[in-house]
Amino acid sequence: MELTAEEWEVLRLSLKVAIWSVIGSLPFAAAAAYVLARRRFVGKTIFDATIHLPLVLPPVVIGYFLLLVLGRQAPIGAFLEQYFGIVFSFRWTGAALACAVMGFPLMVRAIRLSLEAVDERLEAAARTLGAGHVRVLATVTLPLALPGVITGTLLSFARSLGEFGATITFVSNIPGETRTLPLAIYTYTQVPNGDPYAMRLSVIAILVSLAALLVSEILARRATAASKGRDALG
Amino acid sequence: MLSVDVERRTGAFETQVQFRTDTRVTALFGRSGAGKTSLVNMIAGLVRPDRGRIEIDGQVLFDSAAGVDVPIHARRIGYVFQEPRLFPHYSVRRNLLYGHDLAPRTERYVDFAHVVELLGLRYLLERRPGDLSGGEKQRVAIGRALLASPRILLFDEPLASLDDHRKNEILQYIELMRDDVRIPMVYVSHAVDEVLRLADSVVLLAGGKVVAAGAVRDVMGHADLGAARGLFQGGTVIEAQVVAQDVEDEIATVAFDGGSLLVSGLDALIGERVRVRVRARDVSIALEEPRAISVQNVLRGTIVHIAEAREGIVEVAIGVAAITIRSRVTRRAASRLRLATGMNVYALIKAVSLDRPGIRGA
Repeated sequence: MELTAEEWEVLRLSLKVAIWSVIGSLPFAAAAAYVLARRRFVGKTIFDATIHLPLVLPPVVIGYFLLLVLGRQAPIGAFLEQYFGIVFSFRWTGAALACAVMGFPLMVRAIRLSLEAVDERLEAAARTLGAGHVRVLATVTLPLALPGVITGTLLSFARSLGEFGATITFVSNIPGETRTLPLAIYTYTQVPNGDPYAMRLSVIAILVSLAALLVSEILARRATAASKGRDALG
Repeated sequence: MLSVDVERRTGAFETQVQFRTDTRVTALFGRSGAGKTSLVNMIAGLVRPDRGRIEIDGQVLFDSAAGVDVPIHARRIGYVFQEPRLFPHYSVRRNLLYGHDLAPRTERYVDFAHVVELLGLRYLLERRPGDLSGGEKQRVAIGRALLASPRILLFDEPLASLDDHRKNEILQYIELMRDDVRIPMVYVSHAVDEVLRLADSVVLLAGGKVVAAGAVRDVMGHADLGAARGLFQGGTVIEAQVVAQDVEDEIATVAFDGGSLLVSGLDALIGERVRVRVRARDVSIALEEPRAISVQNVLRGTIVHIAEAREGIVEVAIGVAAITIRSRVTRRAASRLRLATGMNVYALIKAVSLDRPGIRGA
């Protein structure tokens, strides 16, 4: 199947949005997961619930709130544009942000689970060997939690590829700028004779998702084998 | 010199320990729940005392009064835990080098190749910890702690999860290290034979308090251990040297100051120094030298003390040349034989009843 120039554009944009949403949210998700897994503090339950909000709220609501807060007329949006030149609304960066927010709870959950499974006695051993907090985190905790980081990244990536409601609400449906795969498919279903095009894009979406799944499965298997102290054979 | 003076309360359990030691191997000895692990954790910095002071070779690691609490990673205290705690995502080599590379270059006193040789780790270097046996893992853990060039090495029952054969193997490696590297060690154990074999001095703990402290011979041989009673049977520790090994009968002769003993199943070479522990309940008393008897060790001596009876049992101290052997007999036996201080008696000890003794480097 030969892809048309328009299909390439949609695919490229979708991947760009998904990749940047994952890269941008990973540090924050890892930090949130660490805090939730290891720290006790007042308001932890509320913090935890807030992070999970995108999972339970209608995506349209998330998109609407993003628009209220980060739109060019909104205080924060105006501030970011004036001092940093960052604009989210009606740009692909906004699409990436919407995807990042929607995928955030999935990423945090996966990383948190694997952080909780890391044996804290190993961290204590590393400290007696002369490693400070940051080094322990970088050399023991994170490598051992790597399978969860990979799983979380993939879940968030897949969520980003499929993200529709928050994106269309926040940054609209602009060809070449914010029209990702789901938005393009939706658009074709709304025009006469658009069905074959919608079908072709759907097949592309399926193939991309399958490829992502496969890659993450291989990576996660290797990481799991490594963190169990055996060579990756299976 | 390690000096510890700490207090800590966790729930109903109160630790209140004070001791100082400057011997090569100090054993922290006591039954489980005596507070041994929590004490070494305080030395390492993993547990914070409520009050007190910890000092090694003049450097204060913790002082509640002065507000000093050196962080764990800056204490430079090696710790071999009950479980090996190897980093599963690193090869054996990288595990060994973890602390080595973090130690300040000027402070390193052991060399990677030397430790690998000493602990027999060469053939394991490229393996992953997940594939190693229990004994191999613990050897790597010991090497890893040593390679960080610590000021002192803490062992928290490092043999607890190993079978007897492996235990003996690891003990030999620890002995080797003790004699080769000459790093001060604190060895936590509840096993008498390990303490006899490794330690120079003992701190006996019970219920979070120090019950006795001092040289191994004095503490471990002491019969009246009060709170520690029942922890191990009272008895005598004799320092001796192997003078003969009968390979055919598998029986060894060890000589001590003023006498000799036959010991069965002793895995030691002639000339090696050993510690033999004689349990008080394994020593019988005869008024005349017995003949035609299976007991191999008949020692002539004089009763120097008879302790008051407890639960119908009398403890008799018999002076044999320069040493004192303790014997536990029933009150009835003592009164029938009319045992009294100053009497000449024979102490009878079966060769098979002697604890497999600890082998000591000269």
